[in-house]
Amino acid sequence: MSMATSDILLTLAGMALVTYGPRVALWLGNGGGFPPRLRRMLEYVPVAVLSAIVFPIALLHDDKLYLSIHNAYLAGAVAAGLIVWRSKHLLAGIGGGLIVYVAWRLLLS
Amino acid sequence: MTEIVENPAAQQPDGFLAGARDNLPMLLGAAPFGLIFGTLAGPSGLPPWAALAMSLFVFAGSAQFIAVTLMAAGASPLVIVATTFIVNIRHALYSASLLPYVAGLPRHWRALMAFVLTDETFAVVYNRLQSAAPVDVRSYYLGAGLAMYGNWIAWTAVGIVLGQTVPGIEHWGLEFAMVATFVGIVVPLLKNRAQVAAALAAGLTALCTTALPYKLGLLAAVLAGIAVGMLLEPTVKQEAA
Repeated sequence: MSMATSDILLTLAGMALVTYGPRVALWLGNGGGFPPRLRRMLEYVPVAVLSAIVFPIALLHDDKLYLSIHNAYLAGAVAAGLIVWRSKHLLAGIGGGLIVYVAWRLLLS
Repeated sequence: MTEIVENPAAQQPDGFLAGARDNLPMLLGAAPFGLIFGTLAGPSGLPPWAALAMSLFVFAGSAQFIAVTLMAAGASPLVIVATTFIVNIRHALYSASLLPYVAGLPRHWRALMAFVLTDETFAVVYNRLQSAAPVDVRSYYLGAGLAMYGNWIAWTAVGIVLGQTVPGIEHWGLEFAMVATFVGIVVPLLKNRAQVAAALAAGLTALCTTALPYKLGLLAAVLAGIAVGMLLEPTVKQEAA
């Protein structure tokens, strides 16, 4: 499915604004400090956002739990996670995960 | 780096080219992601002009990845923009760390420099500023930042062309590349109980809230993850900076 052009423009403008804002805000102001509470919150943002995206993709199919040997997304995600955990190389994890995912789809789906 | 400096006072301070050179490893690291972003934008519902515009005007690798993933899932503009904001607040941390070094520069230069502030450029510039050798902060920063910017746009464009010219490239499993990337980023971050709990809380909340419209469940999940992480945070905390 594709977004309407007006929605795309809206999304692009909004993203540009909320990306540039945090980058420039402190440099244009008088440079007050960064609130420590916000600093602590930020430590959990990457893990929270990415987990919130990955869990449904890997575990749901048509909005239902899909814990099956045929779930190629789950197999690939587990493989990618294990490879990065052991090797500490992001690109190795992505490559390995992709291979497992494609193989899974060809052989088991 | 290893040049022999006879007389530091007579040496030119590091400038634009030095910044670009020092960012080279980061450029190579970002290349595959620009390529994947450009290739997948089309199948996710983002036309080529919009994919290129996103790299030109937003210029935030991880947020762009997340945006096309959400778009493909039918998220509303508001949810995409809100998620982008949450993901990019970290840049304010970087600008806070760099503030003492740029405070003396004219406003319009700071405004331009802020536009190309990324994880990579921050890491390279901040690292350079810790050494004593003379450096022209504005030129060095812009060298590093604009090299990253040009590199990102170029690889996005190559990806878009690939996506358009190689028929069926989206069926090569590339749609999974984003998922693998996100998993690969999360795993090394799971260093303590609080981070693991944040991941589980966010993930499980997301599973339970898929019925909410416009992917609003995603925002609920992110907030749940942050809240649980902060609740379980280790009490002895090193205070950085």
